[in-house]
This record gives sequence, structure tokens and C-alpha cells, in this order.
Amino acid sequence: MKTIYVLWERQLKRYYRSKVRMIASLAQPLLFLVAFGFGFGPIYNKASGGNYIDFLVPGIIAMSVLFSSTFMGIEVIWDRQFGFLKETLVAPVSRFKIMLGRTLGGATVATFQGLIVLLLSMIIGFRPKSIESVILSIFFMALIAIIFTALGTAIASQLEDMHAFQLIINFLIMPLFFLSGALFPLQGVPKFITVLSSINPLSYGVDALRGAMTGNLHFGLIFDAVVLSGVAVLFLSIGAYFFSKIEA
Amino acid sequence: MEKESKNHIISVTNLTKKFKDNTAVDDVSFFVERGKIFGFLGPNGAGKSTTIKMLTTLLSPTSGEIMMDGKNPQVHADDVRKIFGIVFQDQSLDEELTAYENMELHGVLYRVPKELREERIKKLLTLVELYDRKKDFVKTFSGGMKRRLEIARGLLHHPKILFLDEPTIGLDPQTRNHIWDHIKELNKTEGVTVFFTTHYMEEAEKVADQICIIDHGKIISKGTPKDLMKQTKTESLEDAFIKLTGRDIREEHATAMDSLRNSRKMFRGHK
Ligand SMILES: Nc1ncnc2c1ncn2[C@@H]1O[C@H](COP(=O)(O)OP(=O)(O)OP(=O)(O)O)[C@@H](O)[C@H]1O
Ligand SMILES: [Mg+2]
Repeated sequence: MKTIYVLWERQLKRYYRSKVRMIASLAQPLLFLVAFGFGFGPIYNKASGGNYIDFLVPGIIAMSVLFSSTFMGIEVIWDRQFGFLKETLVAPVSRFKIMLGRTLGGATVATFQGLIVLLLSMIIGFRPKSIESVILSIFFMALIAIIFTALGTAIASQLEDMHAFQLIINFLIMPLFFLSGALFPLQGVPKFITVLSSINPLSYGVDALRGAMTGNLHFGLIFDAVVLSGVAVLFLSIGAYFFSKIEA
Repeated sequence: MEKESKNHIISVTNLTKKFKDNTAVDDVSFFVERGKIFGFLGPNGAGKSTTIKMLTTLLSPTSGEIMMDGKNPQVHADDVRKIFGIVFQDQSLDEELTAYENMELHGVLYRVPKELREERIKKLLTLVELYDRKKDFVKTFSGGMKRRLEIARGLLHHPKILFLDEPTIGLDPQTRNHIWDHIKELNKTEGVTVFFTTHYMEEAEKVADQICIIDHGKIISKGTPKDLMKQTKTESLEDAFIKLTGRDIREEHATAMDSLRNSRKMFRGHK
């Protein structure tokens, strides 16, 4: 337990000590929030009668968690280049625990990023239903974060090159984001988008966050929670498998 | 071929490692006796670090067999990781953490109990003269200071086998002596088997009980430092080493090193 804890703590320290990273990773969600919120807002409001900010904010929070957690994988490549990875790879601790500690640390950081985006969006007028709904949202942010940190870690375990990692991740997360219902509702979209978004784990995350914060649901909260937990276990196992195969 | 024995804490049989067309370790067999200080010497690119990586579960052999205290690192990696400690040849610190945090993290990973951990961290950081810099980030350290910290960290837990891959590279003579004194002490009092590499022959001559010389991936000689000097009719281990491995810096070394650097560049990016 203690070993998982120290590796978790290490990720937090590294994040906390890198203020630039902290701020830079907030820029993108903010940009989306402002551009889409004020750009599409009026059209959406006229078309559906709902408030677009209410619709958009949970999606942008999911996005910010998705981006920061997937990019956590770069820490593995970073550690490999700085040589620290070997130190953990020869330690008398199962690779699964090492991977779990790192992943939970990265996921905590990503969840925290999502929470900051939530606070920022409250400045532009977003109001979650209640305190309980915020707590429930944090739970779902954490699930999303675990899934995608594990995914990023799995991919990074296979690569030595940071640029390759960045390319692959960009290629991967854009479709995940656009086909998740974060920006537009999944009702009444063409069939192939419905199909693609239903196999996209992030869709359930977006749905759960939106449900928790505003009460609007597409799939259902319990269903979302079950799907997300299942995917989290699956991705953690895959990540742990690839991580255990790393050679130095 | 050596017979296996309970007394051999490491035994390696017909070990081979190929990187694409380059055979880094070529059908190597040797053993290390329990409780001894074992020097693994050879010119640059001879295959020392590659052998150590295979012994320490970081690389899988192309063929051959390794037994570490009776266990095969490929099959029982977790068990093998419990019995050794290592100071790597190249850097392995977390530069975003302080010196103390690096020590602490290692101590927890190796399950050194809290009180003992604090006591040893203090003692070891003092030994390598970093105790007053313990709260500084490693990224602010000089090369030699980082090396000293890595050694201190490697000595924090007391394993059955301690691997030291060119531990004293870039260190001043005083520090080298302090560190070797400490390692010999550890070997004597706790029976820790030490497996080290170095390019300082006088160092190897002073501390090693047994020596194995590897060149181009093949073992070319083994014995005590005295044996090797007798074999080659030389006065010092350095002379023996040069006689055994040849005086010239051979061209293959340069090309091997270049290809390593180039392959590094390839990993870095396709920009
Ligand atoms: N990851 C790798 N990929 C390809 N070739 C490698 C790799 N690691 C080592 N080699 C090659 O294996 C050979 C042995 O390298 P190794 O690092 O074991 O030498 P060494 O004896 O430790 O040398 P040194 O004294 O310079 O540290 C070299 O030819 C090197 O180029
Ligand atoms: Mg080496």
C-alpha cells in the first residue's frame, strides 16, 4: 500500500512543482468554453430552448480530464529518458503496483484539473445543481481520469519517443472528444455517429457528468457508472500488462 | 563449464544477447561466489552493462540461462528483484525531487522500516557529503553530486547482491575511497555479494576477490587479480588488462558507440 502511495505522491509533487504545466493545461478548456459557449450558445438556445452553457460545461470538463489524463502517459517516457524509470522497474514491488501508483497519481492530477475548470466555468455563470451533485461529478471525473491515464500509460510503455507519443495521442483523443456528445447532443444524429459514440467510453463519462451536474441524461447514471468502472478495470489491466513488459 | 553449486549466488550459462545483428553478449558462462566482491571488467562496449541488465530483470536474454540465488530472473522476476540492489551506469534519479525525497522514495520501495530508513539516509548522505544539500532539488546538483547521491541511494537497503555499474565514474579520489571503504564494510559485516564494473584498474585490484574480463561479448579471462597478473606475467592489474584486451582502442568500439548514439537519435524523433 505504502509503495502505491509514494508513487502517487510523487506524481502530485511533480505536478504541483510545475506551475507552467498547470496553467498551460487550463488554456485549452478555457478557450473551448469561451469560443463554443459564446459562439454556439445563441443558436443552441434558440433551437432547443435549453441553456447551452449548462450543456457545454460538463462536456468541457470531460475534455479537460480526457486531455490531461491521456497526456499523463508522457511521464513514463520522460522517466525513461531521465533514467528514473529503471529505478522503479527493478524495485522489489510488482509492476502492477508501480503502474497503479503512477496511474492513480496522474488520475488525481487530471481530476483536479477538471475541478479547476468547473470552478472557472462558475465564473462565467454555470451553476451545478447542488453540492451533492458536485461530489458525484468528482467521482465521475476520477473514473474518466483513471481510464485515460491507464490508456496513456499503456501507449507510453510501448514508445521511447515523445513526439511519436504526442502524435498518437492527438490522433486518438480528438475523435474520442468529438464523438462523445461533449459539444452537441447525441439525440437525432446520424446512425453512424450514434454507433461510434456508443462504443466511446468518454460518452458515458460526459453523460454522467452532465447528469450529475444538470440532471440531463442520455444513458442513465447507474449505467454510466457500470460502463465506466468496467472500462477502468479493463484499461488498468491492459496498462499494467504493457507496463510489466517494459525493458530497459 | 562450471558446475552449479549452492555457493554460487549468481551462475550464468551460455548467456547470449543479440541486438539485431550486433551480438553484445556472446555465449558467456561464469559464476559469482556468495559473499565475494566480483569485478566484471572489460573495454567500452564489451557487454558489461548488457549482462547486468539481464541479471537484473531489465532485459531478456536471447538465449542461455541465469540463476540468481537459485532463481531465474525471467521466470521469477519479482523474487529476483527482492534480492539485489543496483547503482546504474547512467543516470536514474528523479530530478524534480530533492535529494532526500529520492532517498526516501527508494527506502519505501525497498521496504526499509521508517526509523532505520531515516537513520541510514542521514548516515549515507553524510558519507557522500550531501547531507547539508538534502533539501535541494537534484536538478541543481553537479554531475559528481548526482553520482554520489545515486550511490548513497543504492546503499540504502542491504540486499544479498549489490550491482555497481561503474559506481565511481567521475568522482574525486577521496569520495571514491570513502565509498569503497563503506562497500567493503557492508560486504564484510553483512555478507553482501558485490558485483561491480569499473575502468579504474587500481580500484579493481584493491577491492576485487574475483575478476572476470569480458571483451567483444566473450569472457577472455577469470581469476583473482593475482592469478591474472601471474597469467600475463605483469606487475599490475592494469598491465594485465591491457595485455589481455590489447593496447589499441579498436575501431569497432568507435563504430559501436556511434551506432548506439545514432540509434538514440532515431528514438528521439523523426523531426
Ligand atoms: N539497447 C541497445 N540497442 C542496441 N545495441 C545496444 C543496446 N545496448 C547496448 N548495445 C550494444 O551492446 C554492446 C555492449 O554494450 P554495453 O553497454 O553492455 O557495454 P559496456 O561493457 O557496459 O561498455 P561501457 O564500458 O562503455 O559501459 C555495444 O556494442 C552496444 O552498442
Ligand atoms: Mg556499461
